[in-house]
Amino acid sequence: MKVIMLGWELPPHNSGGLGVACYGLCQALANDGAMLEFVLPYTAPNQCDFMKIRAALPVNVKRVTATGNSYESFKYHHIGGKTSYHDLFGHQAAYEEAIANLTFDDDFDIIHAHDWLTFRAALKLKQIYDKPVVLHVHSLESDRAGGISGNSLVHAIERLGLESADKIIAVSAHTKQKIIHDYGISEDKIEVSHNSISPDSHSPSLDDENCYKVILALKKQGYTVLVNAGRLTIQKGLTNLLRAFARASDHNPKLLLLLAGSGEQRDELIELAAELGASRNVFFTNFVRGNTLRDTYSIGDLFIMPSISEPFGLTPLESILHGTPAMVSNQSGVAEVIANVLKVDYWDIDKMVSQIINISQYPNLQSALQDNGLYEVRRMGWHTASEKVFEIYGQLMPATRATQ
Amino acid sequence: MTRAIVLYLHVHQPYRIKHYSIFDAGNNESYFDATGESLTNNEYIINKVADKSYIPTNVVLLKLLRDLPEFKLSLSISGTVIEQFEQWRPDVLDSFRELVSTGKVEIVAETYHHSLAFFYSLTEFEAQVRLHREKIESVFGVTPQVFRNTELSYNNELAKWADQAGYKGILAEGWDPILGWRNSNHVYQPIGTENIRLLLKAYKLSDDLAFRFGDRGWSDWPLTADTFCHWLDSSSNADIFNLFMDYETFGEHQWAETGIFEFLDRFPRLWLESSENHFATISEAIDQYPTRDIIDMPETVTWADTERDLSAWLGNAMQAQAIAAIYDLRERIMSTNDRELIRDWRLLQTSDHFYYMCTKWFKDGDIHAYFSPYESPYDGFMNFMNAYQNLRLRLAKVGMSV
Repeated sequence: MKVIMLGWELPPHNSGGLGVACYGLCQALANDGAMLEFVLPYTAPNQCDFMKIRAALPVNVKRVTATGNSYESFKYHHIGGKTSYHDLFGHQAAYEEAIANLTFDDDFDIIHAHDWLTFRAALKLKQIYDKPVVLHVHSLESDRAGGISGNSLVHAIERLGLESADKIIAVSAHTKQKIIHDYGISEDKIEVSHNSISPDSHSPSLDDENCYKVILALKKQGYTVLVNAGRLTIQKGLTNLLRAFARASDHNPKLLLLLAGSGEQRDELIELAAELGASRNVFFTNFVRGNTLRDTYSIGDLFIMPSISEPFGLTPLESILHGTPAMVSNQSGVAEVIANVLKVDYWDIDKMVSQIINISQYPNLQSALQDNGLYEVRRMGWHTASEKVFEIYGQLMPATRATQ
Repeated sequence: MTRAIVLYLHVHQPYRIKHYSIFDAGNNESYFDATGESLTNNEYIINKVADKSYIPTNVVLLKLLRDLPEFKLSLSISGTVIEQFEQWRPDVLDSFRELVSTGKVEIVAETYHHSLAFFYSLTEFEAQVRLHREKIESVFGVTPQVFRNTELSYNNELAKWADQAGYKGILAEGWDPILGWRNSNHVYQPIGTENIRLLLKAYKLSDDLAFRFGDRGWSDWPLTADTFCHWLDSSSNADIFNLFMDYETFGEHQWAETGIFEFLDRFPRLWLESSENHFATISEAIDQYPTRDIIDMPETVTWADTERDLSAWLGNAMQAQAIAAIYDLRERIMSTNDRELIRDWRLLQTSDHFYYMCTKWFKDGDIHAYFSPYESPYDGFMNFMNAYQNLRLRLAKVGMSV
């Protein structure tokens, strides 16, 4: 089985869950025997031992680097020394063109593309090589827009891709329903394959070396620490979390909220925290990764992912692996795969308030939630997803052969 | 009838907070030591302003003081700028000493840290006024007799305080809604006081120099010394003309290219050509001219913006949170007796920090209407709050509940 994977990012150069999920899935697929060629829209700094990684670069560009912490701006290093900057749409179109200019051995079986940024490139490859296309939906424009309409150009690309794909993989039942709802795609064309996590790659780590020295000192004075890690964007439901935090603080002033991430909503959240009178106990970082992300998880008493719509949502699982139990919104894919977390509707601020107070008052609740959550997460792994994906590849292969 | 110009210049620079993250807050206790060509690099800024403004202006002023026996002025110099002169530009401090040594320059009292402490903690306010007086005494050998509060913020309560504290004068904005039919060209007395007198800024004339002098779109551009003197000469109903402005007007707000230095050199000479015309320090004006009326300012008035209030410093929720957070630490900070900690806490009270968090222009997109070393008011706020978190950590380390 040879698969061309089209993806937008891979660790360590990822802005969020997409790159992490692609990496985990590919590793499991390779483990189960798939030969993978992963095509990125930027120059990958390091190679990988289980698959081939290539960059699809525009003509006369020798290197592309992602600038900033989110995938919003790309720097082209042209042959001859000039540089230029391109936004997401420009780069998405350039990727499509660049893919067409790459040469692939004709003996691959499947084109597997992750999210709208790569959908047009996937259709282009299908045109050239006449191979089946699997579109893997990690998030939809309606998720990212957080309840408002979103970008119509992205909607058009998603619609075109989803209608043209031979098969669609959704990362959760939640996402499958949204694909049906947003685009009227037939239910039979969509398979659910939940994202997962490799439990062995994480371990609890709260110690005095933790980089949040201020929070550590306050924790020793009895403060309860609530954590969110992710983009500061409307999709993530953080204004509701701030409101819940401020109200819970009226009951228990010894609460801290750590919002680790960057994003276009940052200023609004900073201002809202001030208006709610909560600035003293709300901490903002920039985008965090590596050891800092590890410390972010482990400093918490409760990780909260209050997303308005979260196709999957890996962070609560990572948090549990670092010793911090989680609260997630029912509007998330991860709520489908784990029982031992607190679950709330993203709009239910009352319930968030009471759960936050419960966690701060009852250490036993916190530890039971953590122990049982950890038991569940430790049994997870990408092998289930890999089996499912192989099954989907299998469904597509005979059909293609029949047309040849 | 004789008339006097009361020229009063205010010298101040804050210790700006560097880019300071929550991770910095756990690891280093230095908030003010930015390096490189950053706008938060205080050494870089003080050198820049010294060369563009302080040094060349003092050259002109010293020459005027020597050439013209009648030329006088008043100065306020914050403690935070004196420290920066001592640290990086002792030559500038020497040039101010030279001015004061002519005996014709009055130094005005204020808070050492250029703070808004009066509105938050009287104890802290009085401590900062005392620190400033001691600093002025040790640097210049004089004791201030007249008081001005940060940003010329003023209300009846402040006047009563200054009266009780023994000051002979106090300064405020000459704001029309307060003055009514009166004008700012006289000595007044604050309501409810016994001895103190009030001088009010002639804001139109002052701002002609401070804000409009180099503005080519202004109908009176270019303003000559002759025109300006003519304006003053033709004003009836005036004892004094209170020209109050930032010292940095000369060379920094109005660049040398605008001709501001030539103006500064020329207009006192021209004004003094008439024997009716004088200059007076603030104290002299109070001694020499009659008190014309009682002034009542129950609400706080400042010299800023069209609102003339504290909204540029305290108008939004971030500013309110930041300043309340700082003053809530007062008793705990003071009880440590830790000089470094107290010093850092006080340097965070400087009003400029709160000004950098102002969003009222930023939201209109008119971000050039105010000056800030930060990318946005939100960045200014976060740097400040992270410094606050470090104060909290330092208190926690000595066993205090925070």
